[in-house]
Amino acid sequence: MDAHVAQLQMQYRNYILSLYQQGFLDDQFTELKSLQDDGSPDFVAEVLSLFFDDCVKLVGNMARALDQTGTVDFCQVGANVHQLKGSSSSVGAKRVKGLCINFKELCEAKNYEGCVRCLQQVDVEYKTLKAKLQDMFNLEKQIVQAGGIVPQVDIN
Amino acid sequence: MATTSTGDIEKTKSVEVKKKLNVLIVDDDPVIRKLHEIIIKSIGGISQTAKNGEEAVNIHRDGNASFDLILMDKEMPERDGLSATKKLREMKVTSMIIGVTTLADNEEERKAFMEAGLNHCLAKPLSKAKILPLINNLMDA
Repeated sequence: MDAHVAQLQMQYRNYILSLYQQGFLDDQFTELKSLQDDGSPDFVAEVLSLFFDDCVKLVGNMARALDQTGTVDFCQVGANVHQLKGSSSSVGAKRVKGLCINFKELCEAKNYEGCVRCLQQVDVEYKTLKAKLQDMFNLEKQIVQAGGIVPQVDIN
Repeated sequence: MATTSTGDIEKTKSVEVKKKLNVLIVDDDPVIRKLHEIIIKSIGGISQTAKNGEEAVNIHRDGNASFDLILMDKEMPERDGLSATKKLREMKVTSMIIGVTTLADNEEERKAFMEAGLNHCLAKPLSKAKILPLINNLMDA
């Protein structure tokens, strides 16, 4: 059992490191993890759940705003991008945040095609992140079920 | 009352109740409200939340609200952080108010926010490291 736990823990460490190395996560995610303790054992999962609900809502708002047959309200699109940038920054979703920075500039330039392309990228990116973090939580669950402790991963 | 292993009755100790930091978190983003709630909890505080500046003002209207600290987001619907801060100061609210801005805000915007009545301004995302020195000063005062 110990060898199995050790193997799972190693797999977990490597997986977390890869998420940072590939730019999916940044230091703010580390901050988030550091706030989780016995008093708030599900905090990270709760915050991420709120974030992904936010993504669904805001991407939907942006899609509707860009789907207008008349004049597109780029201010409205920009306001939603601003909110998504804030929440992605707060959870350490680095790639989503980066896309939002570009997206904001495209809104200010009233670049319709650019905005539509960027929205598609944001949609793909948050869903990709969601799947990757689900794999992370599944690994944590496997470690605990095997009788082990989820290791702290030093990303430096 | 607890008993020791020898069976002696231990005298009840008087316990000094330490005042918990009481914080109002004002932000339209539920993700950020949750994050700030946990940061405050992690440093031993308690918090209440408001979804925008108008809610924050309404919480204070009956004169009974008493927060040590208000974390005020800048951009919110219905009433933004600048307007809410001005209004709270007009209502003689003396809580420490920390404005929470984004890196995109320029110097002029931050200055205007400070002049509305903030004690401090911090950029998102907030962290324990950013907020703790300000709170320590508040608790020492």
